[in-house]
Amino acid sequence: MQAFLEIFDIYLLEAVINGILLGGVLALLALGLNLIFGVIDVTWICYAELVMIGMYGMYFLVSTYHVPYWAAAPLCILLVAGVGALLHLVVIQPLLSAPPINQLLATGGVLFFLQSLATVCFGIDFRNLGIQLPVLGVGEMNFSYARLLAFGAALVGISAVYVFMNRTYTGTAIRAIAQDRHIMPLMGVDARRIYIITSAIGGGLAGLASCLLVLQYDVHPFVGLSFGPITFLICVLGGLGNFFGGFVAAFVFAEIISLGGLFSDLEWGYVLAFGFFILMMFIRPGGLLARRS
Amino acid sequence: MLAVEGLVKRFGGFTAVNKVSFDVAKGEILGLIGPNGSGKSTIFNLLSGTLPPSAGSIRFDGREIAGLAPHRIINAGVGRTFQIPRPFRRLSIFENVALAGYFGQDRHSRTKAYDSAERALAMVGLPTDRHATVDGLGAAGLKKLELAKAIATGPKLLLADESLGGLDESEMDQAAAMLRKIRDELGITIIWVEHIMGVLMKVVDRVMVIDHGEKIAEGLPHEVSSDPRVIEVYLGTDAEATQAVAQARR
Repeated sequence: MQAFLEIFDIYLLEAVINGILLGGVLALLALGLNLIFGVIDVTWICYAELVMIGMYGMYFLVSTYHVPYWAAAPLCILLVAGVGALLHLVVIQPLLSAPPINQLLATGGVLFFLQSLATVCFGIDFRNLGIQLPVLGVGEMNFSYARLLAFGAALVGISAVYVFMNRTYTGTAIRAIAQDRHIMPLMGVDARRIYIITSAIGGGLAGLASCLLVLQYDVHPFVGLSFGPITFLICVLGGLGNFFGGFVAAFVFAEIISLGGLFSDLEWGYVLAFGFFILMMFIRPGGLLARRS
Repeated sequence: MLAVEGLVKRFGGFTAVNKVSFDVAKGEILGLIGPNGSGKSTIFNLLSGTLPPSAGSIRFDGREIAGLAPHRIINAGVGRTFQIPRPFRRLSIFENVALAGYFGQDRHSRTKAYDSAERALAMVGLPTDRHATVDGLGAAGLKKLELAKAIATGPKLLLADESLGGLDESEMDQAAAMLRKIRDELGITIIWVEHIMGVLMKVVDRVMVIDHGEKIAEGLPHEVSSDPRVIEVYLGTDAEATQAVAQARR
């Protein structure tokens, strides 16, 4: 009995730590989606499909063109940042004053458009980079370097956005425009430019996530489904547009997934996480950190 | 400095501003008055680019600015305040003003933004401390913040939408004195919109009266306040204004 408990504790600790590592990447994605929602007031339902594009970008750069991983990653971040800006220009800008449901449906259309396009272009094969990072053994626990790298890079990315938002005038304008869209031009700010920059940052965060996730997951046209719904639910749980709430909710979700997976299959973690989400919608519909009314 | 020619704004079949022309000379304070709904706010919106004009020309410093995007007009040197202050409540007072200072001027520069924010805040008498929040400000304080934001954009012409309705008499006089100080010390030309005549008449060099979207009078304060058409417009429509006419005449 004693021995069983010790082993169990080790697994438990390993799961808790893996949950934290997973939470980093989810927090990165949640920040990107929250940024777009908080600033432009539009939900990019197709956000995880930008991650899919980035993962394909990484795959082709690294596997087909033999660009080293460290050089491909920044290229990929720029690529997806560009896709984010393009998404804004082509789809969102013409719909800025349309009813929210139309914006939602339009980005939903982009989701299926990109999935289908990827299927046509790349087929439904599962592809991977073929890069195997070693595993870090601590005592009897094992942590993959891919996850450690993902966690570290995600935190760096989040911090970089935080510094940008608080230390630069463009960042301040981004925070401000979220509060009053109509007054900004009268302070000399080109609102369209601010929106494009915000969209590019949102895309860039998805690009960073794709560089990290491509080390852990195979690329296929539907890979976005593994991250899209969960990112969206994390944002809702944290309060849509609430950056800090999204950050906290990402770790709550990641822990439920990781610990839930410990007791049975990994999929049970997701079942519990989504169940928890539904329950929370009854208890705290405004999000985890919402003030009680 | 500003030359407006045949300015027209129609909303569907309704003509809010009908062929209004006027000039503003450098260093002048022009009062723009008229009853509620007379079209003076629409004129402001056309001048600042918030609304595109249906017809007419607005030349600022010899350059046509009619129909330009609002941020371009601000960058060209036309600042604006709002009747209802709209600060960013989640930013500090200093951030609000520095943001206007950074983006309002044609060439964005951090040091210039910082300097102009400090100067503008000192000018209107708000704390230049970097962390003071907007929440502590009352109605008069919010008006001052609004002015500081506009001044920080480095305007040559200031469009001041200063409905002083929410203020008591001494605060009104302070606000009027402030506008005069801004003109005298910073050399900024001002157009001042107001529907209460009394306090405005003490400060402005010239007055233009708008009614039903048309200019009905223009001239020195004492000329305009004895103009029968102006008295007719204000009589009965706004008791306070009528009283103000009488006051201004004295």
